[in-house]
Amino acid sequence: MITREDVEHISWLASIKIEDEEKDKLVEQFNSILEYFHQLDEVDTENVQPTYRVVDLANIFREDEAFPSISLDQALQNAPRREDGYFKSPRIV
Amino acid sequence: MLAELRNRLRAESCEEHLLQLFERIEKSELNGFTTLARESALEGARQFDKNPGKGLLAGVPIAIKECISTKGIETNCSSRILRGYIPPYDAHVIERLKAEGAIIMGKTNMDEFAMGTSTETSCFGPTRNPWDKEYVPGGSSGGSAAVVAGGEAPCALGSDTGGSVRCPASFCGIVGLKPTYGLVSRYGLVAYANSLEQIGPLTHTVEDTALLMDVISGHDRRDSTSAEGERHSYLPGLHDGVAGLKIGIPREYFGEGVNKDVEKAVWDGIHTLDALGATWQEVSLPHTRYALAAYYVIAMSEASSNLARFDGLRYGLREGEDKDWHTTFSAIRAQGFGPEVKRRIILGTYALSAGYYGRYYLKALKVRTLIKEDFLRAFKDVDILASPTMPIPAFKIGERINDPLSLYMADVFTVPINLAGVPAISVPCGFSGRLPIGLQLMGPHFGESKVLRASAAFETATAFHEAKPEVI
Amino acid sequence: MEDVIIGLEVHVQLNRLKSKMFCGCSTAYHNSPPNSHTCPVCLGLPGSLPVINKKAVEYGIKVGLALNCKIEEETFFYRKNYYYPDLPKGFQISQYDYPLATNGHIMILGDDGAERNIRINRAHMEEDPGRLVHAGTIDKAKYTMVDYNRCGMPLLEVVTEPDLTSPKEARAFLDKLKSILEYLDVFDGSLEGSMRVDANISLKGGDRSEVKNISGFKGVEKALSYEITRQKNLKRRNIKVVQETRHFDEIRNVTVSIRSKVGAHDYRYFPEADLAVLRIASWVPAIKSTLPELPDAKRERFVAQYSLADDHAKSLTSEIKLANFYETVAKTASPKLAAVWIADVLKGELNYRDLSIESFRAEHMTEIVQMLDNSQITEDGAVQIIRALLDKKGDSTSKIVTALGLGKAEDDAVQKAVQEAVAESAAAVADYRAGSERALNFIVGMVMKKTRGKADAGEVHRLVKAEVERV
Ligand SMILES: [Mg+2]
Ligand SMILES: [Zn+2]
Repeated sequence: MITREDVEHISWLASIKIEDEEKDKLVEQFNSILEYFHQLDEVDTENVQPTYRVVDLANIFREDEAFPSISLDQALQNAPRREDGYFKSPRIV
Repeated sequence: MLAELRNRLRAESCEEHLLQLFERIEKSELNGFTTLARESALEGARQFDKNPGKGLLAGVPIAIKECISTKGIETNCSSRILRGYIPPYDAHVIERLKAEGAIIMGKTNMDEFAMGTSTETSCFGPTRNPWDKEYVPGGSSGGSAAVVAGGEAPCALGSDTGGSVRCPASFCGIVGLKPTYGLVSRYGLVAYANSLEQIGPLTHTVEDTALLMDVISGHDRRDSTSAEGERHSYLPGLHDGVAGLKIGIPREYFGEGVNKDVEKAVWDGIHTLDALGATWQEVSLPHTRYALAAYYVIAMSEASSNLARFDGLRYGLREGEDKDWHTTFSAIRAQGFGPEVKRRIILGTYALSAGYYGRYYLKALKVRTLIKEDFLRAFKDVDILASPTMPIPAFKIGERINDPLSLYMADVFTVPINLAGVPAISVPCGFSGRLPIGLQLMGPHFGESKVLRASAAFETATAFHEAKPEVI
Repeated sequence: MEDVIIGLEVHVQLNRLKSKMFCGCSTAYHNSPPNSHTCPVCLGLPGSLPVINKKAVEYGIKVGLALNCKIEEETFFYRKNYYYPDLPKGFQISQYDYPLATNGHIMILGDDGAERNIRINRAHMEEDPGRLVHAGTIDKAKYTMVDYNRCGMPLLEVVTEPDLTSPKEARAFLDKLKSILEYLDVFDGSLEGSMRVDANISLKGGDRSEVKNISGFKGVEKALSYEITRQKNLKRRNIKVVQETRHFDEIRNVTVSIRSKVGAHDYRYFPEADLAVLRIASWVPAIKSTLPELPDAKRERFVAQYSLADDHAKSLTSEIKLANFYETVAKTASPKLAAVWIADVLKGELNYRDLSIESFRAEHMTEIVQMLDNSQITEDGAVQIIRALLDKKGDSTSKIVTALGLGKAEDDAVQKAVQEAVAESAAAVADYRAGSERALNFIVGMVMKKTRGKADAGEVHRLVKAEVERV
């Protein structure tokens, strides 16, 4: 069972602010979805390898060649806040 | 259809044709288009009128789902968090379309970040089903399907992570293909669940889908999961018929939970193919009942990581005064994402987090192996599989949106295909009242030719694809 | 003395590559405007996809082998998920289980003067995040500026076992690692930010703290020394060290706690499905065969081949460029003398000026050692020549010798000729004393004849005059 505290912690990990009044509803929704997921417990997966990639490809590379980058204008054109050619971020501490 | 259109445009005026489409779109109630690339499209049409060129799609207008990167045209995944984002680059499929002379009309509505089955979670509001505007068009590529079915675009591209091309094709009565994983480059497709999704065409006819596949499929070195090998053409042999083709009917895809009209239309379809010279036999895909849970665990987990980049720093939404970065970003993400997206990101974060990885994510990937093996085993005995695309016809707008689990249940026959990475198509096979029904045909990895050939034979023998909704 | 336990995580930029880890952007971003070396991939624009730089993998294997590691037969990338403004995708493509290289070791000189074996836990590939710039200090800045030029640089993270016992040993390890990387020609340590270190430090029996992202080897020594003192002080006052992450403030030379939420380090690693697996076992023999002679082997060879003292051999092989310089000189000049003069004198003069060996030409060193060997110059003269060359007061050894009058043997020969000529010219000396300045010219002419014109006429005139007046 997922608790209110779990929801607080996971949404913090996911960097999504959840309002207090939303929390109880989320706890309920999450628990009903997770309960549905728990039917996977019925499947015997001992000795079954996980499928991370559905087609088995190996050693796909590019050569070490440098190509022109996009222009500074293109790099910054979508940035909501910028200064002197930098992306402007909220302070980190 | 597209081939005829191409020839007609040569004789008439592409610009005129496009102006008529834009006029129709302006008046439309479908809400299928989000952004129209009016100026660049008309400029392309005028170019074509001067010098039509030889491209496979020369002069053909096409609508593109909001989650496919288009240089200079807003690409926002129908999400508030990405409003205003103008990509500096084209997706591989867009480059291919342009190289063959296609004209990008604009972008189409979708469930936010492709997370949905109804195109109701878009920040632009729901798209309406052209057959009945009270009903959803399906999702997540609902905009693409609706504008094609509603006559606002001759063809469109969508993306299919768990049925997002096939579901709206089925609900809107058109053709939609989810190619084999790796057949079409994902370069430029905004990721939702990257190990599952492919870009696919939405068209009126099977031949049009084959034509679009000829253009968009093939190796791309910028996508490391792109299949290697020569480009393949799906048009030659398309009409070779189904004599001797063995069709498997997976027993788990029928029965309980499947609407009676749907079940009947699909069986009629199977009998049509049988009459055309194919044979059918029952097969079993025993892990089908676990596919939905496995799919949602994997898709949500991947989504939680794929959508981590939306933080308002390099592009997208950034409102209010900056505080410290975590507070600021958390607030932006709370405002910018809709409830379904938040739900999936948070649940996916949970499924990957310390202590739960083994129980959810790893377990789901093991079940995925079993589901893939189900398909591999079945394709030893049969050439293709047939089933309903959706267990139900389109439902009413607002009917299921507040019950996430019941929405997820609608994907029960489409998600196993994405888990296994095999191709599947939805072709129109009947009606329930006035709402269309889709027949799903599935093939083995890179078995598109077989799937398309069976679909073409079915389409030639039936008239469902010719039915058009009354313009609303 | 309390036991100090140190383990290092060293982030090495494979900056000898032309392009970044997963995109075609150039690695030559130093001295460029911010965000001028980016593309949809390294900016993490929606829809972009990574493609692995093949040579980066080859370089990684090369380093792994040089660090005596086992190379994994099948390896792949994971996503390491966390939020930070320098990380444009919200995850770093890195490795986790099955890293490229594991279980290696290298030898360093321990504090006690004995060789010590330092175990390498693993070396894995990953992408560098961008760079954060602050107006003023981190804790005072109102906002953070982000430059993604560095983002996507190919990194190799080398993780040691906790085998180091002092800041000095940590420094010795880093010096040795840098030396090996430069021998392999995969790394240029002179570029800013090319090697950055996370250090785990504890006192025996206590909890450890982690100091993140220290750049510069001096910084590592300082950060570790500060951290050890801090932990000892806590212990003295019976306060428990808390397990935490700390930041090294290079301006104040202190480490400060980065307050972080409990459970924040849940990176939710999972395999990166956008990249194929790497099956590289078959590459290993070929790469192994291209490995160059490494510092320890070269040192042993220098001792054997050139009969050098061990400390000279060690000093000369500490840097590949220095070792190559030495061998060029030793080809045509006395190897033993060359070793002394390069290791003891030239290196010191270079360090004093903060110059690298590239600032001195091997031909010059060869000439200097040859002149010393032939007793043409004094040791003091040789030092003066080296300094004049380094300070750009001349560009030819012979001109410097003449200009500074350092030619020991030649001066003696001229002086001898002057003395002889004066002794043999009694009449001319008498004329000079009677007031004829011109009489000296006769003696100068004799000297010039005796020295076959090699001497400088003006200089000889001066010397003759001095000798006549002395006699
Ligand atoms: Mg790292
Ligand atoms: Zn780049």
